[in-house]
Amino acid sequence: MNPRERIARRVARIFEDNDVVNLGIGLPTSVANYVPDDVHIVLQSENGFIRVGPVPEPGQEDPDIVDAGGNPVSILPGGCCFDSATSFAIIRGGHLAATVLGALEVDQEGNLANWMIPGKMVPGMGGAMDLVAGARKVIIAMEHVTKNGDPKILIKCRLPLTATCEVDLIVTELGFMEVTDQGIVLKELAPGVTVEEIQSKTEAVLIIPEQIGVMNS
Amino acid sequence: MNKVVTMEEALSRIRSGQSVMVGGFMTVGTPEGIVDALVDSDIRDLTLISNDTGFADRGVGKLVSCNKVRKVVASHIGTNRETGNKMNAGEIEVELIPQGTLAEQIRCAGAGLGGFLTPTGVGTIVEENKQIMEFEGKKYILEHPIGADVALLKAHKADTSGNLVYRRAARNFNPLMAMAAGLVIVEAEEIVEAGELDPDEVMTPCIFVDLVVRKEAGCESA
Repeated sequence: MNPRERIARRVARIFEDNDVVNLGIGLPTSVANYVPDDVHIVLQSENGFIRVGPVPEPGQEDPDIVDAGGNPVSILPGGCCFDSATSFAIIRGGHLAATVLGALEVDQEGNLANWMIPGKMVPGMGGAMDLVAGARKVIIAMEHVTKNGDPKILIKCRLPLTATCEVDLIVTELGFMEVTDQGIVLKELAPGVTVEEIQSKTEAVLIIPEQIGVMNS
Repeated sequence: MNKVVTMEEALSRIRSGQSVMVGGFMTVGTPEGIVDALVDSDIRDLTLISNDTGFADRGVGKLVSCNKVRKVVASHIGTNRETGNKMNAGEIEVELIPQGTLAEQIRCAGAGLGGFLTPTGVGTIVEENKQIMEFEGKKYILEHPIGADVALLKAHKADTSGNLVYRRAARNFNPLMAMAAGLVIVEAEEIVEAGELDPDEVMTPCIFVDLVVRKEAGCESA
């Protein structure tokens, strides 16, 4: 199984029935494909609707129904539309059970950097800062290291922050981690991954409990 | 009062140098016909307030590409490389604002409020030069309203008195901007007589709308 699918499958098992969830663009979007059959989540799209449904068949796209990445999607029965102020009232007002986002860097205090790299073209934060500040649970779904092999889970973020002390869970292809007041606790390891391996690819010192679960997909 | 006018009449009310809010999210809900008419006009030096800057050749991004804009206020410019290029070349100024903050700033302007406290951006560069206030032990940034001279909106249906109905995700910033500008011009896909819209169906009350133009065939977005 490729690393991104492994990550998405684990994230998909975090939710509880009836959770209202916002999935970021890219890997987080694919999480929707793996939610267990007995768990029904309500997906929110910050451009203004709930109950985001699957991508329509070619030719069946509705130009007025796109997700926050501009891709054609659908609205499931029971869904509804609203304006941007209502959409962000949902986001900031604590009405989202969880948001799933990627990260450039995350650190042991739960700080997150995922919106700009100084010196590179800055696309803008879009809704990311509101999502991270407002969702009840912030889940980071990302590959464990950068393309160059550098750690992304740090002692202290170096890039400009998206939010401070908001990250709750980190899921990578190597393991499942929880950010606590004491630091980052390693809860589960992917099959075949050792504590030594995940720590060697992590700048922050992981807290290792007596029992570590297996990160099943 | 019949608010339906031609595109020419509507455009004659906009001046160079004005601040212009444009509805839409990555072209969905953007009044493409009015944008195209602005591109073809002599109007320039606009301050553009919009969620994003669309694409270089679609949506509100066309205004950036053809040098109609001197300042952009948006939450995201990543889908239009022209915006980033012109920003880096010093040709336009860009102010980036978190999307929820931008929406609420516009809502505030239309609602007569002097500002609001948001947790969004606390501890980031967004809080620079802004007042931080603490309420019940939590930090918030004091954000102020954003209004504009003109709002350019897209509706699915309008009646001749200016009541509006939006469709699906094309609603986004449109109803907020309808309340926050001195002159509100709406491009409607369909125009019906006053009385034909059910009062319960109306999403933007007609009192916020000044002019309605018909969406011409052939200026479909995407």
